[in-house]
Amino acid sequence: MNMFKLGWKYLMVKPWNTGLNILLLALGLSIITVLILIQDQFENKMNRDAAGIDLVVGAKGSPLQLVLSSVYHIDFPTGNIPLDEADQLSANRLIKNTIPMGLGDNYQGYRIVGTNHDYLKLYETEFASGDAWLRPFDVVLGSVVAEKLELEVGDTFVGSHGIAAASHEHDEHPYKVVGVLASGGNVVDQLILTSIESVWYSHDEEHDHDKMEQEVATTGLPETSEEETREITTLLVQYRNPIAAVQLPRMVNSRTSLQAASPSFEISRLFELLGVGISLIRGLALVIVSIAALGIFIALYNSLKERKYDLAVMRAIGASKGQLFFLIILEGLMLTFLGALFGILIGHFFLFVLVMLNEQGVMSGLTASVFLSREWWILLYALVVGVMASLIPAWNAYRTDIATQLTK
Amino acid sequence: MISVDSIQFAYHKDQTFLIPDFTIKGGEALLVLGKSGSGKTTLLNIMGGLLAPQQGQVFIDGVSLYSLKGNERDTFRGKHIGIIFQKPHILAPLTVEENISLPRFFVNKSSPSRVDHFLEELDILDKKRATVDTLSEGEAQRVSIARALVNEPKIILADEPTASLDDENANIVVNLLKEQAAKLNAALLIVTHDQRIKDQIEQRITITRKDL
Repeated sequence: MNMFKLGWKYLMVKPWNTGLNILLLALGLSIITVLILIQDQFENKMNRDAAGIDLVVGAKGSPLQLVLSSVYHIDFPTGNIPLDEADQLSANRLIKNTIPMGLGDNYQGYRIVGTNHDYLKLYETEFASGDAWLRPFDVVLGSVVAEKLELEVGDTFVGSHGIAAASHEHDEHPYKVVGVLASGGNVVDQLILTSIESVWYSHDEEHDHDKMEQEVATTGLPETSEEETREITTLLVQYRNPIAAVQLPRMVNSRTSLQAASPSFEISRLFELLGVGISLIRGLALVIVSIAALGIFIALYNSLKERKYDLAVMRAIGASKGQLFFLIILEGLMLTFLGALFGILIGHFFLFVLVMLNEQGVMSGLTASVFLSREWWILLYALVVGVMASLIPAWNAYRTDIATQLTK
Repeated sequence: MISVDSIQFAYHKDQTFLIPDFTIKGGEALLVLGKSGSGKTTLLNIMGGLLAPQQGQVFIDGVSLYSLKGNERDTFRGKHIGIIFQKPHILAPLTVEENISLPRFFVNKSSPSRVDHFLEELDILDKKRATVDTLSEGEAQRVSIARALVNEPKIILADEPTASLDDENANIVVNLLKEQAAKLNAALLIVTHDQRIKDQIEQRITITRKDL
């Protein structure tokens, strides 16, 4: 016999009641767990994906949409911009480097991104097999894409127009896989990378077979012949110096037909917008936890009324006041410890389901199989709740008057 | 050995219990008789360290029970005093075995063999894993006796231990108490108004209340 066993036996006198209290607490704590997990990973992911990109330049529209579509590949692009304007801007002395992007196609829901090798360098990607693209219609797959679609170097596939799955297919030209990237834990994992030229040629009506054999531009913007008017979707810009941060966005937005958006600014704006919702959910979670605490308090308090006799008997057979006080506190702690344990488990499971259902969306790249140090705080928080909820019942147990109870 | 010295107690001013001084040596038994309301249970509570007397002292092997404070007295009771109540008061969530091992746990002793020993002595070894709702009245009372004895107390206090039992079980219980008290060389005090056991114990005192 020990205190844990004794407390547990008494909790199990009312298994449904005990279970309900544990469940309620677990529910509240699981919401907090999910919030912590998502917030931490989401912010990390958002920052990681935007690292090295100072400014995004694209067609006019919503700046947030521009950033979401071309940095995080979650929203629709705002439209295209003429290549010559992009070219002019790239020559600006405030700009260190630009990476062009041609968006708008997909294969089975995975976005096909036309860009150059600088994009690979930006994310410091490594190849699991094969190498970067050199000719039109060569593609490199992100690790997740290769895994989910079961494609390897040498395989071919036909892309579809639009960024969602099951759109019109470009049946003339299959893409050929020339490389597969190692997982970098960032947005690139979810992308199919190719050259800007591939994106252009797949939309061309006529086919010039000579062009298909030419090597594509691996850095900067591709060169085009005079008569062609090509477009790209966006330019990812790296500043040359801090002055650029002040001057460049204003210049682009006011003097050109383009739009410039700063990822860090837009993302902090997004978190601000989401913040209200997150606070609301967190508030709800706290209410549930409070109700659970109240439930535990009431359960212990009520069971104490029925148990006064038992407690008096325990005193009569040698239990000290302190032992009984400890017993009740321990029962509260056991309830909340289990609640926290289940809460954290449910939270992780919930996130796992969420990630599974949204593989290609905003949740991609998030994982349920991490344990953050902040989750220890959930446990601690739960145990504090347990002590608080059981303090008054424990005090009552402490002062139980044996003689009066036993002679009743 | 237990002795009470000029105990005074009253729930109301004019209802003072008249409790004579007495001593029970180890191995001896004493019957406390008295009408209902004469303070029998109150005396037992006082002797068990459950209720402080308004005056006077209780000595157990020379230790003044009420000079011990709080936890000290609880532990002393657990170690040296075994109390048997009118009703068995078996803790329902626990098995027979767990009920009996509880007093040892509370005073930080653990020896399962002691538990088995008393289960055997009281002929309830086969009920070891049973819960209270499967026991008969007589069996339950024997469990409560085993629980009172398991720490091998110097004093055994029994409050109307036979009141809710039939003749046969009443007989068994009184004999068990006498027998075990003798084996442990403990002082046995039985509070009762049960006519059936009066003849089984020679030493007796009677207590009354002033206004009765």
